[in-house]
Amino acid sequence: MNSRLAKTAGLTALWLLVACFLLFPFYYAVVSSLRAGSEIFEASLWPADPGLANYRQVMIDQPFARNILNSLMVACAVVVLSLGLAVFAAYAFGRTRFRGRRLLLYTILGVSMFPQVAVLSGLFEIVRLFGLYNNLLSLIFSYMIFTLPFTVWVMTSFMRELPVEIEEAAIMDGAGPWTIVTRIFLPLLAPALVTTGLLAFIAAWNEFLFALSFTLTNEQRTVPVAIALITGASQFELPWGNIMAASVIVTVPLIALVLVFQRRLVAGLTAGAVKG
Amino acid sequence: MFGAWRRLALAIGLPLALAGSGPAAAQGANISIACGALGMELTLCREAAQRWARQTGNRVSIVNTPNSSSDRFSLFVQLLSSQSADIDVLQIDVVWSGMLASHLADLEGDLGPRVDAMFPALARNNRVKDKLVAVPWFIDAGVLFYRKDLLAKYGFEPPQTWDELTRIAAAIQNAEREAGNDRMWGYVFQGKAYEGLTCNVLEWVSSYGGGTFLSTDREITAQNPQARAALSRAASWIGTITPQGVLNYDEEASRGVFQTGNAVFMRNWPYAWALAQGEDSPVRDKVGVIALPHGPEGESAAALGGWQLAVSRYSRHREEAIDLVRYLTSAQVQKERAIRGAYNPTLTALYEDEEVIEANPFFATLYPSFENAVPRPARQAGARYNQVSDAIWRASYGVLKGDRTPRSALERLTDELDRIAYRARWR
Amino acid sequence: MSAASPLERSRGRSAWLFLAPMLLVLALVAAWPLGRTIWFSLTNATLVDLSSYDMIGLGNYLAYEDGRWYGIFTDPQWLRALWNTLVFAAVSVSLETVLGVMIALIVNANLPGRGLMRAAMLVPWAIPTVVSAKIWAWMLNDQFGIVNAMLFGAGLVEGPIAWLGGSDLAMASIIAVDVWKTTPFVALLVLAALQTLPREIYEAARVDGIHPVRVFFQVTLPLIKPALAVAVIFRLLDAMRMFDLVYVMTGSNEETMTLSVFARQALVSFQDVGYGSAASSGLFLIIALVTVIYIMALKPLGEGRQS
Repeated sequence: MNSRLAKTAGLTALWLLVACFLLFPFYYAVVSSLRAGSEIFEASLWPADPGLANYRQVMIDQPFARNILNSLMVACAVVVLSLGLAVFAAYAFGRTRFRGRRLLLYTILGVSMFPQVAVLSGLFEIVRLFGLYNNLLSLIFSYMIFTLPFTVWVMTSFMRELPVEIEEAAIMDGAGPWTIVTRIFLPLLAPALVTTGLLAFIAAWNEFLFALSFTLTNEQRTVPVAIALITGASQFELPWGNIMAASVIVTVPLIALVLVFQRRLVAGLTAGAVKG
Repeated sequence: MFGAWRRLALAIGLPLALAGSGPAAAQGANISIACGALGMELTLCREAAQRWARQTGNRVSIVNTPNSSSDRFSLFVQLLSSQSADIDVLQIDVVWSGMLASHLADLEGDLGPRVDAMFPALARNNRVKDKLVAVPWFIDAGVLFYRKDLLAKYGFEPPQTWDELTRIAAAIQNAEREAGNDRMWGYVFQGKAYEGLTCNVLEWVSSYGGGTFLSTDREITAQNPQARAALSRAASWIGTITPQGVLNYDEEASRGVFQTGNAVFMRNWPYAWALAQGEDSPVRDKVGVIALPHGPEGESAAALGGWQLAVSRYSRHREEAIDLVRYLTSAQVQKERAIRGAYNPTLTALYEDEEVIEANPFFATLYPSFENAVPRPARQAGARYNQVSDAIWRASYGVLKGDRTPRSALERLTDELDRIAYRARWR
Repeated sequence: MSAASPLERSRGRSAWLFLAPMLLVLALVAAWPLGRTIWFSLTNATLVDLSSYDMIGLGNYLAYEDGRWYGIFTDPQWLRALWNTLVFAAVSVSLETVLGVMIALIVNANLPGRGLMRAAMLVPWAIPTVVSAKIWAWMLNDQFGIVNAMLFGAGLVEGPIAWLGGSDLAMASIIAVDVWKTTPFVALLVLAALQTLPREIYEAARVDGIHPVRVFFQVTLPLIKPALAVAVIFRLLDAMRMFDLVYVMTGSNEETMTLSVFARQALVSFQDVGYGSAASSGLFLIIALVTVIYIMALKPLGEGRQS
């Protein structure tokens, strides 16, 4: 009995150690963001005189609210667009048989292994061609390269699991494929859509290279680029306090989202990975 | 379900479409200018640009650019190569003229005579293939800062050669450390792997008589005994009179050490003078500025730096943009910037202006450094300068870090320059 | 099922119609740009004037002229970046796999607060990479960073360590940050696999008094291998094209430069579209190669399981 107690205690200690390691950097970002002025340079685990000055500076001196709005608009549009395209593609992949289906499916998976730099100059050309440089539409468009393959795959695996009887019944009632997908499958797939949408949202929210390359002005930048290029009040100080405040601002909603939907997210990750 | 998505899509799409279109132009042109990222630099630029706008009935908008100059360069390259009209007037580094030349408007007809009244090295730098690509706005050159009080205390004269500097720095550093000042170092400079290191290396090698790595007719001259001697000398400082940490120092980090009173000598740009003389500076009135030392056989060499204003070839309001550049580089604005922000004017006549000299007595001292400054091999490298500079600082960094001997580093540099020459079809 | 049931026919007709929009978008964002990159890699195009360039064949990859070799495959800097990328991918993915499995096992043990732990695991994964790069760069700052302060306070170091520059620790630091950020991803996938395992096996093993370590290697590991294999390939693909972490934390420092950073530097900072495209295409080739090798290596494993 005693050894079992010791084992539980040991495991709990290990558990706590791992949790500390995982959470500490975020905790330290919060602590740093609450330090004002030169107090930021004191490396201690607790702010001596916590204040919100850094948050005020980020929101007022930088167009950071605008950056958040940009990120939000881009990520939402990417989710809607990639889910819309993926649902129909998934229907074709999951519910029909046609020549070259497997090959096509694997080609699409292959797209998700493209290094982003490998398409950078070509994408840049297209962005220029459509006159989308320094426009959020260029980001929505280019993010399809990593959200689409993944949403198509996950949706296909969910689509396959839907019972064939429902579909047959609908066809008996004279429904065409369009009606079947939009009226019958879509409501059934709602949980899967939420899961996949969330993953696509996070991927779009976090993207950096395209956002760095296709936007120019501070007003069009998304959050990751804004944080990477943040500038301080004067040339001679590193605005670490502001950077940490900005980091906390963008991370908190994401963490909240992830925690609320954690069961779904894990299901989506495993569907995308294990069944893929 | 789908209806909800569609409504959401509409709700998202609408503001996006609006964001894309931008405000319609009112009367007068709207000139966007990218100058400085923050602080005094930004304030001075904004005030002057707005004054111009009020006088001419146009409007200006200041585009925020990243503070790091390599990030800023990437931004400009992408913008210009996409032929975007988003920025009309750009503030560019002296070494960017050749790299951006094909995208910049020719200013010869409008501002040629004015540029002729500036430092000749700067004027030469901006005439690329018979086109005046930019107008110099303020000039910089590497100089040696030293602690007047410490040199006097131990009875030394300011050094003329690098060997003297090494001897004096070691002597004062040891004496001060024995007196209890543990954190005293002899010499600090910019040793981080970035453009600043290229400037330092160029000054060492050039002042040893070792050339500029790439001669004016694009001959690769990196491998020579003087260059090896200069790099050996520099490598000998690390860990003796220079802290190991210098390998991560940029201008500000080295100024931090010097200004807190922990270094006898420092290589930096002139901006450090005004700050060292600031009210709360621990070394106020204890600092002297002279030309950088030289090697046994060479002459002092200061890397030429500074920023200039250019007009994008893709600007939709070229006339107004050129007029803004004309105003900002005028004697009146340069004088204001010199007095308020200690920016070194590019118009040589301003160095005889009493008000300017009164505000910045050290300008007179700096004048010869500007006059004799050594340009980085930007002119000969043209569009390839960034690559050349990257190769130079990486090779030198390896030597300072102790990973490579000067000989092997310069061998590799020669090899890399040769690769660049091959790709650029210089031969 | 008969080949021509009404269901099949109705589905067959619409399949391509339903695929068309998605394929069109992918062609625009993936196929065309990749094709352009490969095309540019055969030219000497630069950003100075993108409209005029010459075809130079494979010159950007490998060329022989005047008694010496040119091209990325002989460029010491590219080879260094290749080495860095391989080291980064191999070390970080191995560490993530081992630690991920360990964390999953801890969480899977029946302890109170398992849900909380899973939530904690999602936090590093949810933080944008750029943000975590900034947070860690701040924690690892040589002058003011908490890591140096803690090490100094514990008496482990005598002076500040320059983690991200001027030392050989930069690569190790970047690997550590990547491990912190993505181990939870591996752990989650493994955890999901662990939870599908039948409990009876463990009961039987416990009754027989088999040592837990042996149980892990002989029972658990073979069962979670498929899930682990998938997690590893996902991580490997991501690690091979690592960009943002390195770009934000150490910039273009040669000691940590990855192939992606090299390619972007050539494309943007050096304006050398031809060379940069060759570097990007080279990276693409290498990733494809690694993937193929990995899948081939896994194949006998899968077949062994089936027999």
